[in-house]
Amino acid sequence: MHSLSLSSSSPITVRSSAGASSSDLFFRNNNNSQLRFCGLRKEAFISTNAVVFKQLRPKMKVSASLSGNGTTPSKGFDYDLVIIGAGVGGHGAALHAVEKGLKTAIIEGDVVGGTCVNRGCVPSKALLAVSGRMRELQNEHHMKSFGLQVAAAGYDRQGVADHAENLATKIRNNLTNSLKSLGVDILTGVGTVVGPQKVKYGKVGGSETVITAKDIIIATGSVPFVPKGVEVDGKTVITSDHALKLETVPEWIVIVGSGYIGLEFSDVYTALGSEVTFVEALDQLMPGFDPEIGKLAQRVLINPRKIDYHTGVFATKITPAKDGKPVTIELIDAKTKEPKDTLEVDAALIATGRAPFTQGLGLENVNVETQRGFIPVDERMRVIDSKGKLVPHLYCIGDANGKMMLAHAASAQGISVVEQVSGKDHVLNHLSIPAACFTHPEISMVGLTEPQAREKAEKEGFEIGIAKTSFKANTKALAENEGEGIAKLIYRPDNGEILGVHIFGMHAADLIHEASNAIALGTRIQDIKYAVHAHPTLSEVIDELFKSAKVKTEVSSAVSEPVPV
Amino acid sequence: MAHLLNSSFTPTTTSLRRQSPSLPHRRSTTQIQAKIREIFMPALSSTMTEGKIVSWIKSEGEKLSKGESVVVVESDKADMDVETFYDGYLAAIMVEEGGVAAVGSAIALLAETEDEIALAVSKAKDQSSSSSSVETSSSPAQEPSLSSPVESNSVAVAAVKTAAAPVVVSTHPASDGGKRIVASPYAKKLAKELNVDLSGVVGSGPMGRIVAKDVEAAVVASAVAVAEPTPVASKQTPVVESGSVPFTTMQGAVSRNMVESLAVPTFRVGYTITTDALDALYKKIKSKGVTMTALLAKATALALAKHPVINSSCRDGKSFTYNSNINVAVAVAIDGGLITPVLQNADKVDIYSLSRKWKELVDKARAKQLQPHEYSTGTFTLSNLGMFGVDRFDAILPPGTGAIMAVGASEPTVVATKDGRIGMKTQMQVNVTADHRVIYGADLAQFLQTLAKIIEDPKDLTF
Repeated sequence: MHSLSLSSSSPITVRSSAGASSSDLFFRNNNNSQLRFCGLRKEAFISTNAVVFKQLRPKMKVSASLSGNGTTPSKGFDYDLVIIGAGVGGHGAALHAVEKGLKTAIIEGDVVGGTCVNRGCVPSKALLAVSGRMRELQNEHHMKSFGLQVAAAGYDRQGVADHAENLATKIRNNLTNSLKSLGVDILTGVGTVVGPQKVKYGKVGGSETVITAKDIIIATGSVPFVPKGVEVDGKTVITSDHALKLETVPEWIVIVGSGYIGLEFSDVYTALGSEVTFVEALDQLMPGFDPEIGKLAQRVLINPRKIDYHTGVFATKITPAKDGKPVTIELIDAKTKEPKDTLEVDAALIATGRAPFTQGLGLENVNVETQRGFIPVDERMRVIDSKGKLVPHLYCIGDANGKMMLAHAASAQGISVVEQVSGKDHVLNHLSIPAACFTHPEISMVGLTEPQAREKAEKEGFEIGIAKTSFKANTKALAENEGEGIAKLIYRPDNGEILGVHIFGMHAADLIHEASNAIALGTRIQDIKYAVHAHPTLSEVIDELFKSAKVKTEVSSAVSEPVPV
Repeated sequence: MAHLLNSSFTPTTTSLRRQSPSLPHRRSTTQIQAKIREIFMPALSSTMTEGKIVSWIKSEGEKLSKGESVVVVESDKADMDVETFYDGYLAAIMVEEGGVAAVGSAIALLAETEDEIALAVSKAKDQSSSSSSVETSSSPAQEPSLSSPVESNSVAVAAVKTAAAPVVVSTHPASDGGKRIVASPYAKKLAKELNVDLSGVVGSGPMGRIVAKDVEAAVVASAVAVAEPTPVASKQTPVVESGSVPFTTMQGAVSRNMVESLAVPTFRVGYTITTDALDALYKKIKSKGVTMTALLAKATALALAKHPVINSSCRDGKSFTYNSNINVAVAVAIDGGLITPVLQNADKVDIYSLSRKWKELVDKARAKQLQPHEYSTGTFTLSNLGMFGVDRFDAILPPGTGAIMAVGASEPTVVATKDGRIGMKTQMQVNVTADHRVIYGADLAQFLQTLAKIIEDPKDLTF
């Protein structure tokens, strides 16, 4: 499927030729599978879909593989594939399964879209879109440098909250519609594995139905992780689930955990006027980011804002506000375990990560034991039982396996599984999966951090090179008065392999894909550096990054056939 | 008190070190400077005022050669390696990792030869002990040799702080009876920036926590009376023979406010007011405890009531902030500085109560017992140097307010009247400095006209 280089065919051109031939349809379908991450580009997809499929219905009988949902499941089974969980992972898998001609069902006990769409990436992007604008409008200096005059910016909390809610609803409907229009059976209820290739679903305590499937994918995702001693009341001590509803904007909020979730919320809250205190168990903020990027990010996203922090401390006890008393947070030293401080604030957001949602899945029926709640899988997402053996026909993708807790990673894992069950071996390269934090400016990364790369280099005996470029030198960034930011490339000078790319700056989340695609496709720096970027665009930051790398090897594959102009 | 002072000094330790008044140490070291060099905190960007030592690449005693990186410094923009310009030995590190130093201050000593390391080390000790002596010297008993201005200044600052401290104790349940300070993240950040000791700030936020505006109020309070040098300060100056004496926290705040005031486009309008009627009134009711200050404040307040724009201010550069109350702040010189006790609702309170209130405020100010709300809530400031015989002067507008009026002495003047006669009248000159973003020339002119009418026909003052 990599060879199907899809870049040449945009959805728009396909739409104009829709209905012309079945090969076009096939092509378009492939294209659709590229549009799936986090549902953000679903609209284009849905509209195409609705129109095109109606026109093509008569032709569909020509090839089973082109029909909406596989009509004839494998012998003796109700379905070819049953997916438990209709989050972004399950949705991605279902779409790809239909494309592969598998008769597919998806079981959902809650709402279609899962965490990402309903309580995660999607509504948080709505809030961040607001916070980004607020920041800009509040930054007098920034406005003045454009020659703009804006009266004091204000906001209506309910309006902001509605925007997030509306976006989630819209994306959820898009997702549901896309499944329905493809003919995927959406089965409502809690799904439980009752035996090999057998799943039951239905309301707990109500009527339950048992179905059989050739292959089963568990994609039940995760829930916010709440550490011991923390009492969540949903009002003053909250998780991201509550925070996304934006029922209040507290004057002072403690955010426990300074990872992606904590950082993004700090961006939202400070833009809306809150003051924020981070509580981080590790010795520095933003663990998990490349240290250099983290440092710069701290200088831009934390230090100048109304934020302070306690690092190297655990919040052992968090009590919600009641009877006129504030939220109290007891901190102990992470190393000595001695009491360190007590914070009294208006609210606390628990952003200490996410815990897999794997209870009640009936894993005991197939001898699978979870590890800290995660379902153990191999590199092909095949579930491993308590004896270390693979459970045939059972897969687990997404947050539930804990490999990489990102919506688009779940989806990619789902596609990988579908490839395998439809007869083509596939192993997903997790190092090619980008990640992004949608602060202002954004942070994005793919591959290894510098310390990880150095460790690997030492172990395997190669040298690494570091190249850096600044947004300060980029015309488009300067035109936007957003010169703050860097891009960093970690690579092998001997063969030009890209090991990691980290970007902090305007639209970093959109810029990372040039690097992640290069890693996924194995493109080397010496080749990609000759690719041309439009001027003036932010993408030139990456262009320069590749060009500034010092690779000792020559171009490995030039354009094979010169294209006359 | 010593504790309070110490904590207020710590943020500026490095600048103290540079400006240390204990000059003998410095003099002796300059003689050996040829061999022992100081490594300074470099200015890594145009906006950098201080830098943080991220890490020392070299350790004490290590040999350095020219161009080698010695230390990593974090500026407001980036981390940078700092190189040495000379060969030698890193003799003594004066600012440890994680420490912050002002641009230009010494962070380490470089000895030319190995033999001089010991000398450099003792020099470093001298320097740090001299700086610490400044800190401890704030309590006069410990270091009597120190020049008196520092002592008396510190006393003034301490007084302001202790005055506020008791309020903190009771207001916040989280403060453990005053042992802990509960301040919001931004308040803490601001306090650090503005060098405000939070232990002396009263919190007005939820559950008595200190929020940003409390810190701002504390700064304004300690620096609002800024119109002119005080007689007290001028008495001190002769004591200092040479060298520089670091600002106290209050003086530092005054200095910052002064610089900040430059950002406000001010202009001045003067007026001569005949005070015969006012003087007559004053004589009549003086026995009832009425003071001239109260009369002036009352007259001003009545005029302000008719011209609310003069009582407004421009906080954000975009809008008028109209104050619902007319609170007249009156500058009073106290030891080591100035304070502006506030006559609240001066337009509404009758002249007798106002006079009593004023007396109470002055007594409190002298006893350093003013509460922050008693000196930080002024909406208009009066500064009167008339008692010194000053006939006219102009005042600098305290940030956060719209106007300040400088009042000169009331003096008998020969006046030609319209009907061609020459007569004697008692007149005083007033001069208002105002923020032209909100207050225009015509506004001030009308205000002064109203004020003159009230003073020249003061019957309304006694209502």
